[in-house]
Amino acid sequence: MKISNLVLTALAATLMAGTAMADTAVKLGVLNDRSGIYADLAGEGSVIAAQMAVEDFKAAEKGITVEIISADHQNKPDVASTIARQWYDQEGVDVILDVPTSSAALAVNDVTREKNKVFINSGAASSDLTGSKCSPNTVHWTYDTWALANGTGSAMVQTGGKKWFFLTADYAFGHALERDTTAVVEAAGGEVVGSVRHPFPGTDFSSFLLQAQSSGAEVIGLANAGGDTINSIKQAAEFGITQGGQALAGLLVFLTDVHALGLQTAQGLVLTESFYWDLNDQTREWSKRFAEKGDGDMPTMVQAGVYAGVLHYLKAVEATGGKDPTAIMAKMKEMPTDDPLFGKGSVRVDGRKIHDMYLFKVKAPDQSKGAWDYYELVSTIPADKAFRPLADGGCELAK
Amino acid sequence: MAVETGSPAIAEPVSHAANGMARHHLYIFAALLAFGLVAPFVLYPVFLMKVMCFALFACAFNLLLGYGGLLSFGHAAFFGSASYVSAHAAKVWGLTPELAVLTGTIAGALLGLAIGALAIRRQGIYFAMVTLAFAQMVFFFSLQAPFTGGEDGIQAVPRGSLLGLVDLSPDRTLYYFVLAVVFLGLLLIYRIIHSPFGQVLKAIRENEPRAVSLGYRVNRYKLAVFVMSATLAGLAGATKAIVFQLASLTDVYWTMSGEVVLMTLLGGMGTVFGPLVGAAVIVTMQNYLATFGAWVTIIQGCIFVLGVLLFREGIVGVLSKWVKKPL
Amino acid sequence: MSDRLQGTVMFELLGIPPQALFGQLLLGLINGSFYALLSLGLAVIFGLLNIINFAHGAQYMMGAFVAWMLLNYVGVSYWWALLLVPLVVGVFGVVIERLMISRLYHLDHLYGLLLTFGLALIIQGLFRNQYGISGLPYQIPSQLAGGQNLGFMFLPNYRGWVIFASLVVCLSTWFIIEKTRLGAYLRAATENPTLVGAFGINVPRLITLTYGFGVALAALAGVLAAPIYSVNPNMGADLIIVVFAVVVIGGMGSILGSIITGFGLGLVEGLTRVFYPEGSAVVIFVIMAIVLLIKPAGLFGRPA
Repeated sequence: MKISNLVLTALAATLMAGTAMADTAVKLGVLNDRSGIYADLAGEGSVIAAQMAVEDFKAAEKGITVEIISADHQNKPDVASTIARQWYDQEGVDVILDVPTSSAALAVNDVTREKNKVFINSGAASSDLTGSKCSPNTVHWTYDTWALANGTGSAMVQTGGKKWFFLTADYAFGHALERDTTAVVEAAGGEVVGSVRHPFPGTDFSSFLLQAQSSGAEVIGLANAGGDTINSIKQAAEFGITQGGQALAGLLVFLTDVHALGLQTAQGLVLTESFYWDLNDQTREWSKRFAEKGDGDMPTMVQAGVYAGVLHYLKAVEATGGKDPTAIMAKMKEMPTDDPLFGKGSVRVDGRKIHDMYLFKVKAPDQSKGAWDYYELVSTIPADKAFRPLADGGCELAK
Repeated sequence: MAVETGSPAIAEPVSHAANGMARHHLYIFAALLAFGLVAPFVLYPVFLMKVMCFALFACAFNLLLGYGGLLSFGHAAFFGSASYVSAHAAKVWGLTPELAVLTGTIAGALLGLAIGALAIRRQGIYFAMVTLAFAQMVFFFSLQAPFTGGEDGIQAVPRGSLLGLVDLSPDRTLYYFVLAVVFLGLLLIYRIIHSPFGQVLKAIRENEPRAVSLGYRVNRYKLAVFVMSATLAGLAGATKAIVFQLASLTDVYWTMSGEVVLMTLLGGMGTVFGPLVGAAVIVTMQNYLATFGAWVTIIQGCIFVLGVLLFREGIVGVLSKWVKKPL
Repeated sequence: MSDRLQGTVMFELLGIPPQALFGQLLLGLINGSFYALLSLGLAVIFGLLNIINFAHGAQYMMGAFVAWMLLNYVGVSYWWALLLVPLVVGVFGVVIERLMISRLYHLDHLYGLLLTFGLALIIQGLFRNQYGISGLPYQIPSQLAGGQNLGFMFLPNYRGWVIFASLVVCLSTWFIIEKTRLGAYLRAATENPTLVGAFGINVPRLITLTYGFGVALAALAGVLAAPIYSVNPNMGADLIIVVFAVVVIGGMGSILGSIITGFGLGLVEGLTRVFYPEGSAVVIFVIMAIVLLIKPAGLFGRPA
C-alpha cells in the first residue's frame, strides 16, 4: 500500500517534470505544537512555510518529489518521541522539522540520532542541542537560549541596566535561560541582585513582580515563555512597574506574543530575534505571501526558520543527488546557506546555524503605522558574535 | 460509595469464580495471547507496546474502581513515579531492564501504601479529592526533584539487555518482553478479582455497612486493593519508561489520571476486559488523530459525555449484555 | 494587636520588610476574590444539585471569551458585559442542565463529575480550535485605569474593584440562599424534592435555574479576570483543580465556607509566594489533604 503510493507519486512527478534526472522522493515531517501554547508561533504556519520552501525551490522541476506531513506533539517529550519513532519506522519520513519546546526537541534529537535521519530544529530554545547533547544528525536553525541571553542581556547592560532581577519559570528551560543570561550580564559588568522562581505555568505574577519591584533592580529579566511571559508583561504594566523606571527584558518573546499583548502593554520591551517580517524587501515580499496563504498573520522567526531549513535541505538533496542522511548532513555543513530570510550564513560542525541576530524594541502605539508594525530595530548582532563560540558548547563533534 | 456498574449481570460474581477461570474467559485470554504473539508482524510494535502499557494501567485502575468501588483521581502518581524510578534505575544505576522495572514497581507499591493508608479513611468524592491532592504533591515533587530532570524528564534511557543476556534494543525483542510482563499482570488481576478476596471486595462495594457487620475488616481490604492497584499501575509505568526510553511529567500530571478514568469508563468499568478495550481505543485514537490537534480533546470529551449519558456500561459492558455472559 | 506586632518583627527577621508583606497579603486577597467567586458557584451547584461541576473552569473561560467577543464583534463595553455575559453563559448552562445533567440526578455523584469533565474538554477544545492559545488582549476599562499609591504598594484601581465586586456578589449570594424565601425553597427542594413539589413549587425548574446561576457566577468571574489575565482557552483548566480544593477545604456545599476559604486560601498562597515561591502551586493541596484527614467534611461542612 505504502510502496505503491510512493511509486505512483514518483511516477506522476516524473511525468510532470519530464526531466531526465533521477527522481528522489523525500518526506518531510513538521512536528510541532498545533493546539497548545506555541501553536500560534509555530503550528500550521510552519507547515505553510515548509510548503512555500518546496514551491520556491521548484523541487518538482528538479526531479525531487516532496511530501509534507505534520503532527501535534502537544509540547510533551513523550508524545514527540513516539511520533518521531513512528514517522521514521513506519511512515518513511526523512527529515523532522521545527519541534518547539526544548524537552520535546531533545527527545526527537535522541530518536533521530538512533535512527540516523535528519532533524532540522527551528522552534526550540535549548542551547544543549548544539552543546552537551549535540548530534551529528541535528541542525539547530533559528535561535537558542545563549543567543537570546547574549543579545538582550549585553544590550541592556550597555544601555545602563546594570542591576538585574530575574523572574524565572521554575523548570529546566527557565533555569537555563536565567543561568545563561546571568553569565552574560556579569561578563558585561552588571550584577544580579536577586531572582524568584514562579510555578510553571502560572497565572498571577503580581506577587513576584512586587518582589522584583522592591529589589531595587534596574532590569527585570523574564526567564519564562509563552503565556507566562505575556501575563508577566501585562501585569507589570498594570502595577506601574515599567512606569516606575524599571525596564523589562523579555528573554524569549515572539512576534505573536507582542501581537497578543497589544502595543499599549508591550511598548518599550526589548527583545532579540533572528527574523522580522519588516527587515528588508525580501522578507517583506516573502511574509506577504506567507500571510496570504495562512490566516493573515505575519510569520514568526520560527516559521521563517522552517522555510530556510527546508530550502537548505533541498539544496543538499540536489547537490548530493540522493537523500542519504550522512551525505546530506555533510553537504549541509559544507555548503554556505543563502536564503531570502536570513541572508548568507553557514551551518557549523556542531549543527549550529550561524546568522545575524537582531535586537528590537517594541514600538509605542503612536509609532506603529499599521497592523503588525511592532518592532523598531535597535542593533544588529553580527553572526560571528551572535552565537556561543564553538569551543564553549562542550559538543563532542567540535573536538 | 456505590458506583453503579451497569447491568446486574456484571455486578454478579461468577458463581464458580474461585475455582478457576470461566471457560469463555479462558478462550478470550488464549485468543489475546495468540493475537499478541502474531501482532508485531502485522502492526507497528512500538504502538502495540504503548497500548499494552496503558491496558495494564487501565486494568489496574479498574481493579480499584470497578471491583473496589473506589474512584481515585490520582492514579497518575503511581504510574508516573514508577516510570521515573525505573528510568533512573536503568539509566543512572545501570540496572538491567527487568530489575529497573521491578524497582519502579516497588516504588509504585510503597507510594500506594503511603497514600492509600491515608486516603481509604475517606469515602466517595472525598476519597477522589484526597487522592487528587496527593497526586498533585507527587507532581510537584517530580517537577522539583533534581533526579527527574524537571520539564525535560529523564531521556535517553537505555533499553539494556534482559538478565544481561538478551539485547532488548530491537523493537520486536522488547515487544515480547513487554507482552510477557503485561500478560502476567493481566492474569494476576484476573486472579485477584476471582479470588475470595475479590468476592469480599465486591461485597464491600455493594454494601459496606453489611460487610462490616459480617465481621470483615473493611479498611484492610480497601488498603490491600489500593496497594495492589498502585503496584500494577506502577508496573505499567515502569515498563513504559523502558519502552519509550523516557520518563516525563505527562505521566504524573492530573490529566493522566483523567485519561485512565476515560479508558476504564469507555471500555466498561467492572468488567475484566473492558479497560483493555478502552485503552486500545483511546491510544489508537490519540495516535491516529494526532494530526488534528485540538480535535483529539474534543473527541475525548464527546466520548466522556456520550459514555455517561448513553452507555454507562462501556463497550464491553454492552457486549457482555448481548452475549449474556460477564466479560 | 500585640500578635500583629510580634508577627512583623518575626517577618523582618526573616528578611521581609512589613510593607512588602502587606503588599503580598493584599495581592493574596485579590486572588482570593477569584477563588471565592468560583468556589461559591461550585458550592451552590454542589449544595443544591449534588453535581460536581468540572466544567466550571471552562465556563469561567467562556465568560472571559464572551466578554471579548461582545467587545470586538458588537462593541459592548466592559460594564454591559458584566451584566450580559453571566446571562448568556448562564443560559448556556441552563441548556446543558436540561439536555444532559438532569438525566444524572438518580446516579452516583461520580457520573456528574465525569460528564462535566467531558464537557470541559469539549468546550476548551472548541475555543482552542477557533482562537488559538496565545490569548487575546482585553483592556482595563478607562474608568478603572491607573492606581493608588498605598505607601506600601501601588494598587491598580482595577484590582481594588475586583475585591469589591467579588465581596458584594459573594455576600448577596449568601444572603439570598440563607436568608430569603427563595433560598429557603431551594434548600428545602434539595432536602426533599417530593415534598416541596407537593407544595406547588416547580422543583426541576428551580434546580435548572440554580445550575444556571452557578454557571453565571463562573462567567462573571471570567469577565472580571479578562482584563487581568490573558483571555485564553486554557485559563480555567488548571484553575479548576485549585478551586476544587478550595471547595473541599471549605466543606462541599457550604456557601459561607467556600467564601471564607476562598479569601483565606488566597492569603495563604500569597504568603507562600514570599517565603517559598516554588511551593505556592502546591500549598493549597497540602492544606486540602490535611483538612480532609482531620476534618473530613471540610472546615465549614456539616458531617454527612
